[in-house]
Amino acid sequence: MKKENIISKIFAKIFLYTMLLLMFLPVLTLIFFSFTETEILGEWDGFSFGLYSDLFNNESLMKAIFNTLLIAFVSAIVSTILGTLGAIGVFYSRKKAKKSIETMTQLPVVNAEIVMALSLAIVFSTLNLSYSFITLLIGHVVLTVAFVYLNVKPKLVQLDPNTYEAALDLGSSSFGALCKVIIPEISSGIISGFIISITLSLDDFVITQYLKEPSFETISTYIQKIVVKHPIPPEVRALTSLIFVVVMIGVILVTIYNNSLANKNNGGKK
Amino acid sequence: MKFKRKFLAIPYVIFLVGFVIIPVLFIFYYAFTNKAGQFSFENVEKFFSDETNINVLLISLVYAIFNTLICLLLGYPIAYILANKKYNRSPILYMLFIMPTWINFVIRTSATRDLLNWIGISTGSMSSITTMIGLVYNYLPFVILPLYTTMLKIDTYQLEASYDLGANKSTTLFKVLIPMTLPGIISAATMVFMPTLSSYVISDILSEFNVVLFGSYIDLYFNQANWNFGSFMAFIMLCLILVSVLISRKSEKGNEGGSVL
Repeated sequence: MKKENIISKIFAKIFLYTMLLLMFLPVLTLIFFSFTETEILGEWDGFSFGLYSDLFNNESLMKAIFNTLLIAFVSAIVSTILGTLGAIGVFYSRKKAKKSIETMTQLPVVNAEIVMALSLAIVFSTLNLSYSFITLLIGHVVLTVAFVYLNVKPKLVQLDPNTYEAALDLGSSSFGALCKVIIPEISSGIISGFIISITLSLDDFVITQYLKEPSFETISTYIQKIVVKHPIPPEVRALTSLIFVVVMIGVILVTIYNNSLANKNNGGKK
Repeated sequence: MKFKRKFLAIPYVIFLVGFVIIPVLFIFYYAFTNKAGQFSFENVEKFFSDETNINVLLISLVYAIFNTLICLLLGYPIAYILANKKYNRSPILYMLFIMPTWINFVIRTSATRDLLNWIGISTGSMSSITTMIGLVYNYLPFVILPLYTTMLKIDTYQLEASYDLGANKSTTLFKVLIPMTLPGIISAATMVFMPTLSSYVISDILSEFNVVLFGSYIDLYFNQANWNFGSFMAFIMLCLILVSVLISRKSEKGNEGGSVL
């Protein structure tokens, strides 16, 4: 029995790490070849940081990176405000209104991105609106706002309804009670909604492609335009390394955050 | 007027109605009108009378089914091992499996293509294989996520009880573990199936436009400024989404799904 256990453990480990390696292989290959200045992936022409300086000298790519971050942050902020207020408002609405709004909220979650993009494009064209940062922003908020709502809602359910009433009884205005009592209690839901919004927006291609103004490029649209006909441009290999490092730091931070949360919960129970 | 908390939902509701509900109604309108704006079933006829259209839909369904199955077959054991304390105790390993989703997907997809071409699996001549690989690469994390959260919740004593009562490994798998994790399996399947059908960037890049999925097809007609026909196909897409939502609703009751934080 013991021996069998060890064997199955070894198999599980081998399987897990093989899958992990396979999943990361394309990205790791790009990172490996970001330290050599060949045009085509797979050729090694001596170690160099050349691609990294190429990356920072490539103005249109730098602009695309800036645009990607800009739309991600602006849309995440708008979504977080809209979605959080929406979740609070709906939570204290009557049952019938609540139900219909919740159904509406499900639509952007399950809907195909291309359908959302296409439907918004039709509306904007019908209204004769030319594509701009605003149309793009609307698209990204449509993509992300429901996820903020869905992350905030469970925190409201856990909330003790008496605290708000207590704040009112103690002389607080409803707005004050909202800011000082409800918002802090649901802050973890708001933060995770914000983070999910950012990640969805950073990764988006379809909605951006349909709703951006033609000269506005994000990382996704900039690279897609090139790679449909050519191999990945060498500077993008350097960019991938940088993204990888940032994401890795993010993973470590999230793990630490989750661990501290778990410890706090365990501590509370004991 | 006195402030009431429910008023806070007003901007949210206006936004949803204006930019989610009304646009979908526009799709319905264009799907069932002709170019002159009159009510007609022209698009319905056009879609079902041309074999190419049906073929694209069927091929997309086949890709979506295979992608879902392969992702589940790979993702299920991964999620099981990750969630099982006997094999894995570090939460960071789970995060690493989810991490690819945070790297820009156009970069990941084109990296997969360039890697495959480099090692001799040509995207030009083996388009269907490379497209499949690209789809699995992209959707595997989305399968692991809900499966892992479901697996964490299951009571492992029930598996031991199954062994103690004389069941062998495969009986325990099919009669105990899979039924217990069914909600996770279904939400994983819905996270792969519909998005595959409507995806188009992955197949465009990984097949050099040889494999045309339904999403690409909608994109193609829309870019030719044929809104009516494009809208009708978007309408078909919406119907398929509705069906899949109803199926998953039915079996998903009580399952909360996964989140990153």
